[in-house]
Amino acid sequence: MCLASILLVALVRSAAADDLSVFHPASRPAASIRDLFYLVFGITGAIFALVEGMLVYAAWRYRRRKAGNDPEPAQVYGSQPLEVAWTVAPLLIVFVLFLVVVRSVFEAQEGNDDPPALRVQLIGHQWWWDVVYLDEQPGAGVHTANELHVPTGTDGQPARIEVELLSADVIHSFWVPRLAGKTDLVPGQTNHMWFTAEEPGTFFGQCAEFCGMQHANMKLRVVAESAESFQAWRKNEAQPALALANVTKGRERFLSLSCVNCHTIRGTAAHGTVGPDLTHLMTRRTIAAGAADNDHEQLRAWIADPDSIKPGSEMPNMRLSSAEIDAVVDYLETLH
Amino acid sequence: MAVLDHPAENVSPPVAQRAPSWATTLDHKQIGILYIITSLIFMAVGGLEALIIRAQLWVPDSHLVGPDMFNQLFTMHGTTMVFFVVMPMLFGFGNYLIPLMIGARDMAFPRLNAFSYWMFAFGGTLTYLSFLAGGAPNVGWFAYAPLTEYAFSRDHSTDYWILGLMVSGIGTTATAVNLVTTILVMRAPGMSLARVPLFVWMMMFDGVLLIFALPPFTAAAIMLLLDRGLGAHFFDTQAGGSALLWQHLFWFFGHPEVYIMALPAFGIISEVVPVFSRKVIFGYESVAAATVVIGVISMGVWAHHMFTVGMSDALDAIFSGASFLIAVPTGIKMFNWIATIYGGKIRMQSPMLFAVGFLAMFLIGGLTGIMLAAVPIDWQVSDSYFVVGHFHYVLFGGSLFAIMAAYYFWFPKMTGRLLSERLARWHFWLMLAGFNLTFFPMHIAGLLGMPRRIYTYSADRGWTIWNQLSTVGAMLLAVSFLFFFWNLFVSWRRGESSGDDPWDAWTLEWATTSPPAHYNFEEIPIVRSRRPLWDLKHPEDPDWEHE
Amino acid sequence: MSEAHLTSAAATGHGHHRGFPAADFNEEHRVQVGMACFICSEAAFFSTLIVAYITYLGKDTIGPTPAEVLRWPLVIAGTIALVSSSFTVHWANSALRQGDLSAFRRWLAATILLGIAFLAGTAAEWRDLIVEHGLTIGTNLFGTTYFTLVGFHALHVTVGVIVLTLMLALSAKRFVSQQHQVGFEVVSWYWHLVDSVWLVVFTVVYVIGR
Repeated sequence: MCLASILLVALVRSAAADDLSVFHPASRPAASIRDLFYLVFGITGAIFALVEGMLVYAAWRYRRRKAGNDPEPAQVYGSQPLEVAWTVAPLLIVFVLFLVVVRSVFEAQEGNDDPPALRVQLIGHQWWWDVVYLDEQPGAGVHTANELHVPTGTDGQPARIEVELLSADVIHSFWVPRLAGKTDLVPGQTNHMWFTAEEPGTFFGQCAEFCGMQHANMKLRVVAESAESFQAWRKNEAQPALALANVTKGRERFLSLSCVNCHTIRGTAAHGTVGPDLTHLMTRRTIAAGAADNDHEQLRAWIADPDSIKPGSEMPNMRLSSAEIDAVVDYLETLH
Repeated sequence: MAVLDHPAENVSPPVAQRAPSWATTLDHKQIGILYIITSLIFMAVGGLEALIIRAQLWVPDSHLVGPDMFNQLFTMHGTTMVFFVVMPMLFGFGNYLIPLMIGARDMAFPRLNAFSYWMFAFGGTLTYLSFLAGGAPNVGWFAYAPLTEYAFSRDHSTDYWILGLMVSGIGTTATAVNLVTTILVMRAPGMSLARVPLFVWMMMFDGVLLIFALPPFTAAAIMLLLDRGLGAHFFDTQAGGSALLWQHLFWFFGHPEVYIMALPAFGIISEVVPVFSRKVIFGYESVAAATVVIGVISMGVWAHHMFTVGMSDALDAIFSGASFLIAVPTGIKMFNWIATIYGGKIRMQSPMLFAVGFLAMFLIGGLTGIMLAAVPIDWQVSDSYFVVGHFHYVLFGGSLFAIMAAYYFWFPKMTGRLLSERLARWHFWLMLAGFNLTFFPMHIAGLLGMPRRIYTYSADRGWTIWNQLSTVGAMLLAVSFLFFFWNLFVSWRRGESSGDDPWDAWTLEWATTSPPAHYNFEEIPIVRSRRPLWDLKHPEDPDWEHE
Repeated sequence: MSEAHLTSAAATGHGHHRGFPAADFNEEHRVQVGMACFICSEAAFFSTLIVAYITYLGKDTIGPTPAEVLRWPLVIAGTIALVSSSFTVHWANSALRQGDLSAFRRWLAATILLGIAFLAGTAAEWRDLIVEHGLTIGTNLFGTTYFTLVGFHALHVTVGVIVLTLMLALSAKRFVSQQHQVGFEVVSWYWHLVDSVWLVVFTVVYVIGR
């Protein structure tokens, strides 16, 4: 247990490149869960030390020193006071724990009545996240995938982000450990959760409910930024796609293929809703829900053979020639 | 006195010459051994699956097995260990020991007993045939709808899972009926329900739990089969069916199932600890009563597996409270076992080693369970590796450690030979080290955000070191089980002769020969206390003075 | 250590001889206790199907609804037949206990006929639902839950009718006598279970559900 505590302290201090530690909260809900964890860990740790200590002590202290025919020890059949004591004590402990838990469950709802700064819809698909920004002016919907941009807030008032969770197929679960506990995306019902991001940064997460073949590659990132840069990002996202003249060949090839049955590029004839919206593909860091970085090489590889990056993904291999792939990638790379 | 419905054979020829008789046997001892051997085979297979899982997770972005194979492996590992290893192994010990412990000649329904075993063997085999039929089930051992619906699981692997579990489940229901009936009606004269060994008592409530918890699972499995085969809409969310109904029904069975696997383990510990501490169990009545309380509460905590699905706060709180509550009777048992050890003269032989290992490890599993019952903590660590660590501490550190104690304790009863203590010590210390090295780091990986059931992870997540520790631990565990299997194999043929009562124990199964004759007892014993053999060995201070 | 010592040691006993508690059950109750356990598991099974039925009650967006297609007359007749059969099977059991084999056979035959009448009613109702109203297990949630629940109940009635018919056949061959009364009694318990389940199904599906 000491070892465990040392490890835990080390954990709190360590940080990987992509930090997903529940001990690094960047949001009020996550911070309150961390504090509750410390409290419960303290109580259970004390119980552990006491009971394991008694067990090890008893087993060591009363081991038989020598083999032989020594008489049997005193037979103790039980003791009512003891039984009552170790029934009542745990009862009291779990009762206290229960009260603490009830309090923190209802605490998690606090601030629920404040008007949200932003309302977002997350729709889970096998195996990517559809992100829809609600409360927009009609006709200017922001629609992206696998990357959720949120404002941190203004004047020290963290912005409350309200998330509606839906699923298009099976059950998924939204989990960004540094921002909040997880909430499932259940087909046939709408779940709600909220979080705040108290500091600018990128917060990582991934689907937490097994959802089929590529469950491991259903990642998402939450990008928290200042109100100004968030507004700038959002303004850009609301624009239709650029139609530059120098990539006409790639654009026409893209629009002539069945790509358009699944993908939307606003401002073109592509209106598919099966796959991610590509209108501003180049503003995103990754492709294939975090399975690969969004760079020239990976994009080529992805279009050439999606299974080489994400076996089992729903995107088909279009069997394009190398030249065609180049043209299409050149076009996609203009979608900023 | 008992009336036999099959003639007693006084002399048993060696096992090898009686192979055909094993296929048609109705004897509870042979059926028990069949259960144990079959589940040992499944345990080796399930362990191998776990090793491949750990090998795949040894390094980030590993390509040892593909995602589809990985998903089949963890599904089959979970399904195998729960349904084809821990449960049937406990049924094996229960079958072998219960009639001996209560002074009966056989189970209440010997034919039904044989039927149960063969249903388990066929059900397990059927599930594994899926590997030959193009792919094993790959939907996780709790098979959440709608992933299991035909729209998302188009091959027959899920059908194999349903049918295999239904077949073995029918056998398990029959076992439950048999257990409860045997313990209620087959007891020797004088053995009231307040005098049965605690293992028997706990097996009875195991049966009660199964009778009430398993049929809902069978019904849910039938619903899923109707969905997949006949186009019904129970869990078809497109047609208004509910994804959560499956979860409710599955966990209504699935959580009692945890106690179905734990209660017999508690029973084993309650038999082993007193004998090797040389003391009577402390607070027999409390341990027995705690069993009943655990059984009752365990039927009302299932939704703590569902804190993240968006239930109301009130429901979350109720199920959280019930889950906390179950810690109390479990704690009572723990304290009673420690009190039994306290003041004894402990012989640290192999069964006691594993029993103490159980106490030490199960405690950790129980305490992480308390953490998980705290709803907000569960929101963070549910479905993460923290949970994987938690339930392995309960079912491996708990149930399996106890089962190992049972092997070392009752092997002499079954064979008349002792298992090697030297090999047993290697097995124990390697298993203890390997177990903790495998499953403790999982808690940390989970707290660092690693979800369960992912076939790979990238290096920048910072989970590599914890996975590598787990993988090394899994290798250690594999080695420890080699010692165990080798010990079983060698001792079964050439082990030291044990005599009838090697541990100087007190319950009825040690009153007859080891191995027992077909009819168990020449004369049905008359029981006057909880420890009939203690009375015999200590006429100056018999147990009935204290009851 | 032979158990002979045990029996003798116990028999000689000590001054503080405590009488053996009377066994609450003994081996003669094997069959009854086994059947009671089995009936509990069946009750848990049907409870699950009923819970599923209630869960989906009124959740359909497409028809037909129970109120549109479920008809009273057949169901009432079937219910009366099944409830009566609980009485006849009970009288058959009493007759067997008294050793009146001809009365036993009469009541048993009546029970079988009533069971078959109930099944015929169910068959007619299903035919009506499938052919007239186009309601199958795949139509909507009502069809899904209705056919599963009523179908599993009918399956249990069928099994009961088969077992009772076997008993009647054996009894006609003079293979059944007073000593088989316990066996017949647990079969009659099963029959009562099937009947009780029907009363719940009837209440849920036809009374509340419409």
